[in-house]
Amino acid sequence: MKKLLSVLLSAALMLGLCSMLTACGSAKTLNVYNWGEYISDGSEDSLDTIKAFEAWYEENYGEKIKVNYTTFSSNEDMYNKLSSGAVSYDVIIPSDYMIAKMIEEDMLVPLNFDNIPNYANIDENFRGLNYDPNDQYTVPYSYGVVGIIYNANVVDEEDVGGWDLLWNEKYAGQILQFNNPRDAFGTAQYKLGLDVNSTDKATWDQAYEELKKQEPLVQKYVMDEVYNMMEIGEAAIAVYYAGDYFTMLDAQADDVDLRFYYPERTNYFVDAMCIPKGCQNQELAEIFINYMLSEEPAIANAEYIYYASPNSVVYNSEDYQEEMGEEAMEILYMDVDNFKALYNQYGFLNQDKDTLSYVSELWHKVRN
Amino acid sequence: MKTLSKVYTALILLFLFAPIVILIVFSFNGSNSTAVMSGFSFQWYEELFHNSNILEAVRNTLVLAVASAVISTIMGTAAAVGIFRLRSKYLRAALDTVTNIPMINPDIITGISLMLMFVFVGRFFGLSNSLSFWTMLIAHVTFCLPYVILQVLPKLQQMDKSLPEAAMDLGCTHFRAFLKVEIPELFPGILTGMIMAFTMSLDDFVISYFTAGPGFQTLPVLIYSMTKKTVKPTIYSLATIIFFVILALLTLSNLVDSDTDKAIKEARKKKKAKNQAN
Repeated sequence: MKKLLSVLLSAALMLGLCSMLTACGSAKTLNVYNWGEYISDGSEDSLDTIKAFEAWYEENYGEKIKVNYTTFSSNEDMYNKLSSGAVSYDVIIPSDYMIAKMIEEDMLVPLNFDNIPNYANIDENFRGLNYDPNDQYTVPYSYGVVGIIYNANVVDEEDVGGWDLLWNEKYAGQILQFNNPRDAFGTAQYKLGLDVNSTDKATWDQAYEELKKQEPLVQKYVMDEVYNMMEIGEAAIAVYYAGDYFTMLDAQADDVDLRFYYPERTNYFVDAMCIPKGCQNQELAEIFINYMLSEEPAIANAEYIYYASPNSVVYNSEDYQEEMGEEAMEILYMDVDNFKALYNQYGFLNQDKDTLSYVSELWHKVRN
Repeated sequence: MKTLSKVYTALILLFLFAPIVILIVFSFNGSNSTAVMSGFSFQWYEELFHNSNILEAVRNTLVLAVASAVISTIMGTAAAVGIFRLRSKYLRAALDTVTNIPMINPDIITGISLMLMFVFVGRFFGLSNSLSFWTMLIAHVTFCLPYVILQVLPKLQQMDKSLPEAAMDLGCTHFRAFLKVEIPELFPGILTGMIMAFTMSLDDFVISYFTAGPGFQTLPVLIYSMTKKTVKPTIYSLATIIFFVILALLTLSNLVDSDTDKAIKEARKKKKAKNQAN
């Protein structure tokens, strides 16, 4: 018994050491930091983007590289890691408001677009957005729109239409609201027609009153618990992102009939690729960004993530349109022709410290 | 009363294991729902082995766990022997306390303080990436050490002191007596310590989260980052596999433990019988 065990243990150790040594081989490395589950990873016969890039690079540049791909769970996570100075990444993919904050704090490197010819695939509608008005630092990767998801077996069709559904007393105890202050306040502000980027405390107070009115009707304040609760019919109305509606639709129980609509005035977000200061190999990072914009990986990623893509090669591709289906194309890309105007009007900007702390104070009052 | 205690035991077992059973059941789900069961299939297991991102995280986690288990076992055993042989009672108590600090300290404090130290040292040497596999290894060895020491020390106290002395009487050198007599006596403790270190390293999230660099991500950190989208059933199948591997490992260690215990008891019995015969 003992002998067997020691043989097993030493074998495991040898194996570990061997793989460690190969991992330390001196190939060029590229450190990519992205959201979890936010890239096509080879599941369900999709493209394994990272592997494919390594192979593509070797073929075109005759040099082996290693991509270190790691993931974060929120913009704040990513920001803390980067600003601690402990690590250096070559490519990161944060969301719009975080990009604005990082630009302000001089944490990003201006891109050299000569190395990113595929940037031509990005339509005019996705350039010059608020967070990077001069298109110096970012290349958009994916975008999404907030909408309302409801169970048609519970909710009457006549009540459907605007933000009012989330405040409808008929469905008390069946409503799910965002569990983060920005998005939750957003729903109230869009409902009342207020500016979501206002620095005037009075308008935030107004939104607060509205949320306080809604509070007794809300079953729960949720983030990703929303999937399970909607899929099994535990709640009937939720506000969430359009792409995620299709994930729920895929997994809904037999007695649940999920539907989706956009209320007028709603939130738009963009996640974009950028290069942080301290990057070790800017040219390689730009080649990677360029590769992500090319047809095959861009389509594979859009199909995997199920959010809309700002890449015209993707949404104009017939294969992609067929794969997604008519309903999904219609919902995901409803505003594609007018995106810039809508985004710059309704998208979230980075908040100044004063407003931020005032809002989180109000949010605490809503939750108690 | 008896039925009551049986019901109580059953309830405890139910609460302990129901979540794991549910997870295992859903890992065989035919659809990608995490709530509705629809048919039996192996598709999530199949997908797991096609997902290079998850597999790399699994490999990283295992490499780290094995390496930190082996290193902390060697260091921990040496430390335990050293502490045991200290003459001064106060010094021994002090060292005992110091070794226990990483275990009692909240993970988050250990994690943050390690990260700060690594960043400080990294800056000092002008590294662009202060955090890497090696810093994670140091961190993991740090919090695994006390568990090994805690397992080995009692075995040293249980050991018959005259055994190594007898070996040296018969001409063994110090070192040889240690290898041939003491190590086999301590073996169950060393093994349990190693397995504990392995499992502690395997499921650590907080410390790994703070000390992970761009080139090395472990499984718990990867799973945590999946909250933008919903966690996929692939993770359930992975958790099922890990659960059974750990179960097998624990069974193995218990077998070894009872084997050695039995052997020791038998040897003692024989010795007693011999003494009595004389």
